[in-house]
Amino acid sequence: MHDVGAAFAAAFRLIGEGDAAFFAIVGLSLRVTLTAVAIAALIGLPLGAGLAIARFPGRSAVIVAVNALMGLPPVVAGLILFLILSRSGPLGGLGWLYTPRAMIAAQALLVLPIVVALTRQTIEDLWSEYREHLASLGLTGRRAIPTLLWDARFSLATALLAGFGRASAEVGAVLIVGGNIAGATRTMTTAITLETSKGDLPLALGLGLVLLALTLAINAAAFGASRVGARVAGAT
Amino acid sequence: MTKIVRRALLAAGLTLAMAGATPAQTPFITVSSTTSTQDSGLFGHILPLFRAKTGIEVRVVAQGTGQALDTGRRGDADVVFVHARAQETKFVEDGFGVERRPVMYNDFVLIGPKADPAGLKGQKDVAAALKAIAEKGAPFVSRGDRSGTHAAELALWKTAGVDIEKAKGPWYREIGQGMGAALNTAGAMGAYVLADRGTWISFKNRGELDIAVEGDRRLFNQYGVILVDARKHAHVKTKEGQAFIDWLTGPDGQKAIADYRIEGQQLFFPNATQPGA
Repeated sequence: MHDVGAAFAAAFRLIGEGDAAFFAIVGLSLRVTLTAVAIAALIGLPLGAGLAIARFPGRSAVIVAVNALMGLPPVVAGLILFLILSRSGPLGGLGWLYTPRAMIAAQALLVLPIVVALTRQTIEDLWSEYREHLASLGLTGRRAIPTLLWDARFSLATALLAGFGRASAEVGAVLIVGGNIAGATRTMTTAITLETSKGDLPLALGLGLVLLALTLAINAAAFGASRVGARVAGAT
Repeated sequence: MTKIVRRALLAAGLTLAMAGATPAQTPFITVSSTTSTQDSGLFGHILPLFRAKTGIEVRVVAQGTGQALDTGRRGDADVVFVHARAQETKFVEDGFGVERRPVMYNDFVLIGPKADPAGLKGQKDVAAALKAIAEKGAPFVSRGDRSGTHAAELALWKTAGVDIEKAKGPWYREIGQGMGAALNTAGAMGAYVLADRGTWISFKNRGELDIAVEGDRRLFNQYGVILVDARKHAHVKTKEGQAFIDWLTGPDGQKAIADYRIEGQQLFFPNATQPGA
């Protein structure tokens, strides 16, 4: 119990003291995770919607594969990307290893299957319901995608939040491709790992509390935004 | 469909490019080093001094010695800063490193639970202590990660006349993690563990752990620094890397190392000029 109290004290001290290094870590975590989710959304939303509407041989296999990739272990994603981005790997010339770019790429890789799979399911349900209605408006096939995505935006926001949760919580991938370099690639989760190994458990748990609070704040903001959005949409 | 995907990919690429862009890049080098130098806080003390002097930022990736040398071999680091003499010599002989230079030393300590299940109290001979641990089957945590400390531990078992491959049983626990994690585990299990003194002094979660054996000259722990050879990896930042090595082994760096203390205790002892170190 003493440790938990010390952890809360550490959390408040971190925020209260306004330590620049600490805020740099929080800033990098948010930047990496939000960018990764944005990239996964830009690719995953149209891809998932396309997969919901398109009919082609082997479609079921693709859907199963995408669903399975939602469980891709972060450490495996990190390792694959590490081998690709290492100076001795095929994309080593980019010089991305041990930089935030590599971390963003790794997390985007983890979030993408979640966005694609959840988008596919949501849009497919919507499509089977409104298919004829949309066809009567002249929206058939891929031309229905923007309308479907827009109509499903609140459900899809939840899909993106699921992706955000996965990215902000993971440590395996960013540790391998980022290297947990102080001032360059240290995030909340890798800092927690480091402080744990240094035996400073209250500080590690304090960092964890700050991360939890941030996640809570972002989810609350998203929830509030969708509430306001729904009211506005209902009013027009 | 393909058009949408292509457009989305383009947008995603642009986002990534923008997110990764950093304003006015300061010169930096990447150093692969050990968990002991990082967990002990040494880098946090000396690197700002080097940066103030030269303007070069040093980015440290902390790994076990074996992995740190592999990172250098793959060309993912400019400088390697580790502590396992035999592996360092091989790294240079294989053409991956330009030259190995000694930097500093500290010593290993055998850590154990205060309850002392192997009865090591008063023991000064580390070989005899390890023999007693093996014979009694007292819990022992091994790094098991090809780190410098792991290499030192394996060499000490040999010195103690214990064939660890044969002798290992449930009492011998290889965890495959860093120094701090090994100390956390030993504390939780009431086990013995070999640690470098720097990490031990700075370690905050000691609980029931204490030093069991120290001061044996076979517990000596030498650190060396190597520049990765640009003939193997052309992108290596030779100039900046050499500047870091020259500083580290020169008077300013050596003083910075000697000045690093925790609670009045010096963690590392500079010896760059000592012949044969």
